[in-house]
Amino acid sequence: MTEQLTGAQSLVRALEHAGVDTIFGIPGGAILPAYDPLFDSEKIRHILVRHEQGAGHAAQGYAMVTGKVGVCMATSGPGATNLVTAIADAHMDSVPIVAITGQVPSGSIGSDAFQEADIRGITMPITKHSFLVTDPAEIPLVIAEAFHIAGTGRPGPVLVDIAKDALQATTTFTWPTELALPGYRPTTRPHGKQVREAARLIAAAERPVLYVGGGVIKADASAELKVLAEMTQIPVVTTLMARGAFPDSHELHLGMPGMHGTVAAVAALQKSDLLISLGARFDDRVTGQLASFAPLAKIIHADIDPAEISKNRTADVPIVGDCREVIADLISTLQKQASEDGIEGDYAAWKAQMLGIKDRYPVGYDKPETGLAPQTVIERINAIAGPEATYTAGVGQHQMWAAHYVDFERPRQWLNSGGAGTMGYAVPAAMGAQVGLPGSVVWAIDGDGCFQMTNQELATCAIENIPIKVAVINNSSLGMVRQWQTLLYEGRYSNTDLNTGPESIGARRIPDFLKLAEAYGCVGLRCESEEDLDATIEKAMAITDRPVVIDFVVERDAMVWPMVHAGTSNDAIQIARDLAPEWDDEDL
Amino acid sequence: MTSHTLSVLVENTPGVLARVSSLFMRRGFNIDSLAVGPTEIPEISRMTIVVNVDELPLEQVTKQLNKLVNVLKIVELDSHSAVERELMLIKVKTDAQTRGQVLETVQLFRAKVVDVATDAVTIEATGDAGKLTAMLNVLEPFGIREIAQSGRVAIGRGSRSITDRTLRAVPGTQAG
Repeated sequence: MTEQLTGAQSLVRALEHAGVDTIFGIPGGAILPAYDPLFDSEKIRHILVRHEQGAGHAAQGYAMVTGKVGVCMATSGPGATNLVTAIADAHMDSVPIVAITGQVPSGSIGSDAFQEADIRGITMPITKHSFLVTDPAEIPLVIAEAFHIAGTGRPGPVLVDIAKDALQATTTFTWPTELALPGYRPTTRPHGKQVREAARLIAAAERPVLYVGGGVIKADASAELKVLAEMTQIPVVTTLMARGAFPDSHELHLGMPGMHGTVAAVAALQKSDLLISLGARFDDRVTGQLASFAPLAKIIHADIDPAEISKNRTADVPIVGDCREVIADLISTLQKQASEDGIEGDYAAWKAQMLGIKDRYPVGYDKPETGLAPQTVIERINAIAGPEATYTAGVGQHQMWAAHYVDFERPRQWLNSGGAGTMGYAVPAAMGAQVGLPGSVVWAIDGDGCFQMTNQELATCAIENIPIKVAVINNSSLGMVRQWQTLLYEGRYSNTDLNTGPESIGARRIPDFLKLAEAYGCVGLRCESEEDLDATIEKAMAITDRPVVIDFVVERDAMVWPMVHAGTSNDAIQIARDLAPEWDDEDL
Repeated sequence: MTSHTLSVLVENTPGVLARVSSLFMRRGFNIDSLAVGPTEIPEISRMTIVVNVDELPLEQVTKQLNKLVNVLKIVELDSHSAVERELMLIKVKTDAQTRGQVLETVQLFRAKVVDVATDAVTIEATGDAGKLTAMLNVLEPFGIREIAQSGRVAIGRGSRSITDRTLRAVPGTQAG
């Protein structure tokens, strides 16, 4: 006779079959049946977080560093709605996660029952797909499909909402050998004709740029990208989501493009005659004013998601496919084109010109006369922790400084909230990354605003032995908003003062991050001057048995440069307030 | 902007209509008409969606629709190579004097009367949008009391079927 088990046992067994070793979550009424067999699972570690948003971002962090599908779990109603921000974040940044939520019993659905929310309806626009399970027999197939959809094609979040009675009912378990997804067939193999057309354009171009996006990291295509760049000698720019896809130390790397991009990266796109876009999506933070973006360039656009191609900028050569296969095919086609037809591009003059701009306009900053420069803090963390460490960031000034002043040398070294811009991402994402990479060093570079949105997960980290290091770049304000107020609102600082700074700047140090760290069972450190900087960071590096929080009290007027103001052309890039780069005639 | 008729084959699962309609809404497209019904394959439903957009946004919305896991196939049908029909039920005021004229109109448009009361008749009419509009114009002077109209349905001319090969098993979709 076939073994009888509960829907909840079937769920846990299905998760084990799907290869899950970690779940971040919080139990509650509707999901409670699942937590009973989970208690007995020897394969799955459940990490009890303090807020469901933390579970979602932790699942993202885990997925980003491991390349596997991250898993979070919550109960119905508010438990599920608390996951929404993290699900939206994963959707925007194509992070593979599966969110499992309890739902009220199937007979009560639609009756406004206690803790009922239509989470499938709520998350419909922000999930790659979602399921509502009311029949326990469907659980194994739904879980198998959820993981397949989340992790393949363009990765993304999948929600599985399971009615409580389906978890409680008796059923049988069969792990499916085939999935029933006739409408889901992501194209991974690029079309040969399109690749040949791309190779032809590349050979004919004079000023090509490899415009690299997060898809290269998701496709594990960094090695292929390096071969392509070195073989062709085409300069590379890496977007915020692609930092680490190509080594920062590489000669051909011009840095990050976009609103706070390097002069060289922005100039390369603007002056290019051919953009080879690989797993990027022409986001408004990269293009600036779309009409004047890369006005002279033809576009080769390779992406696994056909809907991204020609969405914002019409592609001359669209290539649908997995970035690793696209790049590999481009390499072989270019080689064949060179050896058989003798056609090969020569970009030496262009490369020299771009390297000249890179030399002339490195990312830099002026140190303040007094106080600690936030950029220096990040530079020193980078110098001491190195590229072996993983870095997460929140959203705002500290994020942009981290994107510039950490040297990204390897893929999956950098985790941040790019598309959604979710403040509060850093700490829980670092938690997830640390769980995915036990024994490694994980730094959350956070702002004082972001940190206060999700720092409750320090309790989780302390109790579960997840020894992350949190660098709070504390300028006592919502720094990026304050910067815009400085530049665009005549310094009227409406509601951006957070009072987390010291009395010396008139702030009230609420909360005191040292005391907060200690209250959460973490080590709290504070650094207020450059003399103490290295010693403080080294002290944090030496602590491996507990989370560490460092309150870096930094000068609050520092701004992120370069900057292209929102809605303006990339050509109007400023390297400091009211200061544009001086273009030589041959630059233009 | 021009009117486009999309035939969308979807898996016959709960929530699929919400997925499709909310996609149009959040991407900023207005649906002129939408009709859903079963097909000759029980697992597959067919939606006929009429949307008024330019060529480029249409391509974008088609790609976005294709990304929905429950969407199997999308075909744009144009009026030259497809038959398009809408169904309309029209309640028209009549009395002893006007009933004859109304019935004459019904015959002219090859419609039929499906209900009669002393002071009204209900007419069932099918056709393309042009025919139905013309008929309404003629009926208007008698006094139209109520209209119920279906969305447009459309099917390609000739022997080919858009459901062919749609449910073909996907090789290589292994669990795990």
